[in-house]
Amino acid sequence: MDKLILGGVEFESRLLTGTGKFSSKDEIPKMLKASESQIITMALRRVNFNNSDENILNYIPKNITLLPNTSGARNAEEAIKIARIARAAGCGDFIKIEVINDMKYLMPDNAETIKATKVLADEGFIVLPYMTPDLIAGQRLKEAGAAAVMPLGSPIGSNRGIETKAMIEIMIENIDLPIIVDAGIGKPSQAAEAMEMGAAAVLVNTAIACSPNPAEMGEAFALAVKAGRMAYKAKMAEESRYANASSPLTGFLHNN
Amino acid sequence: MSFYKEIEKFKGFDLEKYMEELTHEEIKKSIGREKLTKFDFLNLLSPKAKDHLEEMARAAQRRSVQQFGKVISLYIPMYISNYCTNECTYCGFNKNNKIDRKHLKLDEIETEAVEIAKTGIRHILLLTGEAEGLVGVDYIEDAVKILKKHFDSVVVEIYPLETEEYKRLGEIGVDGLTIYQEVYDEKIYRSVHLGGKKSDYMWRLDTPERGARAGLRSINIGTLFGLGDLVKEAYLSGLHAEYLTDKYLNSEFSISLPRINEAEGGYKSKYILDDASFVQFVLAYRLFLPKAGINISTREVAEFRDNLIGLGVTKFSAGSKTNVGAYSDLGKSTPQFEISDNRSVAETEKAIRARGYQVIHKDWELIV
Repeated sequence: MDKLILGGVEFESRLLTGTGKFSSKDEIPKMLKASESQIITMALRRVNFNNSDENILNYIPKNITLLPNTSGARNAEEAIKIARIARAAGCGDFIKIEVINDMKYLMPDNAETIKATKVLADEGFIVLPYMTPDLIAGQRLKEAGAAAVMPLGSPIGSNRGIETKAMIEIMIENIDLPIIVDAGIGKPSQAAEAMEMGAAAVLVNTAIACSPNPAEMGEAFALAVKAGRMAYKAKMAEESRYANASSPLTGFLHNN
Repeated sequence: MSFYKEIEKFKGFDLEKYMEELTHEEIKKSIGREKLTKFDFLNLLSPKAKDHLEEMARAAQRRSVQQFGKVISLYIPMYISNYCTNECTYCGFNKNNKIDRKHLKLDEIETEAVEIAKTGIRHILLLTGEAEGLVGVDYIEDAVKILKKHFDSVVVEIYPLETEEYKRLGEIGVDGLTIYQEVYDEKIYRSVHLGGKKSDYMWRLDTPERGARAGLRSINIGTLFGLGDLVKEAYLSGLHAEYLTDKYLNSEFSISLPRINEAEGGYKSKYILDDASFVQFVLAYRLFLPKAGINISTREVAEFRDNLIGLGVTKFSAGSKTNVGAYSDLGKSTPQFEISDNRSVAETEKAIRARGYQVIHKDWELIV
């Protein structure tokens, strides 16, 4: 498969995974191996650097790229602080900006996200902002220095698939950055759908972590992502409202 | 606007007639709904819904795992003073009770914090009786500053404050508030709160809103089961959580189901919440409020708590002691109530893991 490039760093896999919601941290390395995911996000607020049993970093193999997220931040200022702590703690330069003020629907605050992106990109972070799908906000994130944008497919943890499809398609067509569909993907078929649309990658957490067999589900997602990407690259046939006869009705006009 | 307006609407409602006419078909429909209405919630709290507990449990488990994953967060309570100016008939700290009173000095708070931190707990709940002269906001601020050195999250369960006072606490790192209405039935409220500032029903009722307006991130509410009619109290506390969730998008809300435990003063409850009803209420809360946290304290016995894992519960207290200075043996003081689950933090963790759930010690850290 062609490589995913984020902030100049190349990845073979287009499936990003998460660390939340697993029944045991021991499931995480097994899932990473089976899914071949090379990037994993983790909420810095849950990382306990003081206790090695508790520290999630001890469960993530060294060859995996950490994508700490700013979950819990309510504004740009808090997201920036969390990002700096993550970097100082040795989590690397990647950062997923999450700024959420609305605890009922958990919708990201695009305006604050743009502000945080600008500051952190200027500081050399590879910034992947999580956002409510919107073309103009996506363009602003690009101008602010984002390495990719991560629109939500449907509300986080909902497993409802890509309900924002039309908005994401517009972003894919018009923003010259990798578009990573994040949140809402509940089934491998939905991941394949995102990839067929031209998404550069998908981030899946709940659907994998909450499966009774996270490793097997991780592998299923990996296969779906590969299939979707292959289909996108191979260029799918046009859809048509009506049946198209494989032997055209006017074919006789061209037979002689 | 106050939640009181919602309570007033309920006052004219003929609950008895509604429960009598409710059918099992309606209860089944309520269980199956993606988004429950207020009536669906009431249906699930009804005595007739007891025939559908297993179906409710399966739906609640599905909803819970999707929303929160297989995780249980742990916290520990720390009492810093049991002096109180209130006269709550059901509470061991009632000012008229002849009990051993204790008030921790700041160095004693630090000693307690060090001892508790050794258990691995990272989230602490700071509790105190209502005695403003002795336990003023300045003292609480000093206590919080000490606790912030040892813990990632500090939540307060103290007497109600003004919005500005909650803001002060938020600024030094308090990220949450626990405040129980105790009983939503106004008449009963007045009959069990005989004196002190707590006897002001409205002041108590509007407290979670003052906390939310002050920007506190997590707010935990509940009714104390045993004081009033069980279904009405469960219903109004659930509606209160829904009202707050809808009105204050910036805060996360959770709900607790404390049952009256034996305490100094010997209050005898007329309304006994049995285990089956307790489970039913947990399930009803989970289905009505899919995003709300549900806390279960050590008021409940170990085996019962363990059986609740997977049914919608998200938070456990562990290794709790309800007397002041108890963790580092700082002298005699009477507990607020008797603990029913006496397991250590490590034993509680082991039991949670045995159920296939991950223990979360650190779920939040407020950076100030």
